[in-house]
Amino acid sequence: MQKYSVFSLIKNALSNHENWDLAWKDPAPKKEYDVVIIGGGGHGLATAYYLAKEHNITNVAIIEKGWIGGGNVGRNTTIIRSNYMYDENALFSEFGMNLWRKMSQDLNYNVMFSPRGIINLAHSDAQMNVYARRGNSMRLNGIDAVLLNREQVKEIIPMADFSENVRFPIFGGLMQPSAGTARHDAVAWGYARQADSMGVDIIQNCEVIGFDISAGKVNGIRTSRGEIKAKKIGLCVAGSTNILAEKLNMTLPIETHLLQACVSEPVKPVLDNVVTFGAGHFYISQSDKGEMVMGGDLDGYNSYAQRGNLPTLQHVLTEGIAMMPFLSKLKMLRTWGGIMDMSMDGSPIIDKTHIEGLYLNCGWCYGGFKATPASGWTFAHTIAQDRVHELNAGYSLNRFNTGHLLDEKGLGTKTWIS
Amino acid sequence: MLHIKCPHCGMRSQNEFSYGGDASVKRPELGKDVSDQDWNNFVYNRKSLRGKHWELWQHLSGCRQWIKVERDTGSHEIFKTLKAEEEIS
Repeated sequence: MQKYSVFSLIKNALSNHENWDLAWKDPAPKKEYDVVIIGGGGHGLATAYYLAKEHNITNVAIIEKGWIGGGNVGRNTTIIRSNYMYDENALFSEFGMNLWRKMSQDLNYNVMFSPRGIINLAHSDAQMNVYARRGNSMRLNGIDAVLLNREQVKEIIPMADFSENVRFPIFGGLMQPSAGTARHDAVAWGYARQADSMGVDIIQNCEVIGFDISAGKVNGIRTSRGEIKAKKIGLCVAGSTNILAEKLNMTLPIETHLLQACVSEPVKPVLDNVVTFGAGHFYISQSDKGEMVMGGDLDGYNSYAQRGNLPTLQHVLTEGIAMMPFLSKLKMLRTWGGIMDMSMDGSPIIDKTHIEGLYLNCGWCYGGFKATPASGWTFAHTIAQDRVHELNAGYSLNRFNTGHLLDEKGLGTKTWIS
Repeated sequence: MLHIKCPHCGMRSQNEFSYGGDASVKRPELGKDVSDQDWNNFVYNRKSLRGKHWELWQHLSGCRQWIKVERDTGSHEIFKTLKAEEEIS
């Protein structure tokens, strides 16, 4: 594989950039693989990469209905953080943070990881207490957390509304300075390029039609490009998990919902951090191009439409303007919607299933992008070793049966419960 | 925006409604033995497929009644609405 560096850039500049190698190949599917990963999004690509890198399993195919990076990995608001209170979420996410920090070097691909810090705003004394508790829990798990008072928040984000006479005055906030953003497309392309170079077949425009299962074991899949045999199959199809689950006669604790995001016209640098509104569900950061990147609540009803409705957008942006009034002056550049696996306790599932050789990675709710490396790493371990790693032991499918829910925010598919 | 025909009030905008999830889920009967799996299915497990979907909505900013709505989860088209006590045919 061609190594990307300043020297290769100069060399190729001299030949008008006409001699770059393809970043990944476009192979036809083989008859049989050791492992088939369904879903060529961030998690699927990362899983294939870590299968090859950590477990030396390279006879792997990624089956993607559309194209690489064409789903939620290229559609999110790129926030990366590990500001969780529960041990299961905190340790898993912080493991991921360590992978994020060295990802550009690991993948020889600039993912533009920008640890600019995330601030969760608090709007009452009670919320400050809750944040102090969460911050302490984070620090006990080795994650950086700083509790900011009103004056400290004002230093960092002076453009927020600090006037006295507002419905949700800013009391302070909880900051994770090491959190940040990354360029989402580069994450998908970087993982794809490395996985491909280690022998993984990335098969695009290939839809899974059915599964070949006998005596409780998987033997392979049927696809729009023929049958493919495999002893191990991993599902990484957030948004479409319910559709594939039906083909497997499984009913999962997941509803498929619609989540919108939007960007404003580009403006000069005004916001250095990621900031979330504490009295509702709104988050904002500024992209390198200057656009304000914003998002918030689900539309709130089951949907596969990948197309949002205006009432939710209006609701979300009302919160944004309450927090940072200058936003009302901006023109909207673009809005879009994607479909999420909303799990019933708000936490994901990375686990084996009752079918031997079938592994499940789903239920990422609002937070799939930041989990990409940790999800791929633990899912690869679960598939290769046929047992869950301690990092994803809490993300079991069975927890809904036994009552061991990971209800970090007490929020599942129903936005109105909060 | 969705427009939902409340069986009590007529056509209203989505803003007046709150969503309540899959209407085909049945609560296990009272006084009968209920397995953990039955409860799990009732409380958590959902099919959530693409296509026609019977679901509960509440006309929260209107008559406050719960209603049943048949909607396409792929296109958002609404086919039929029923009062909560009416059975899905």
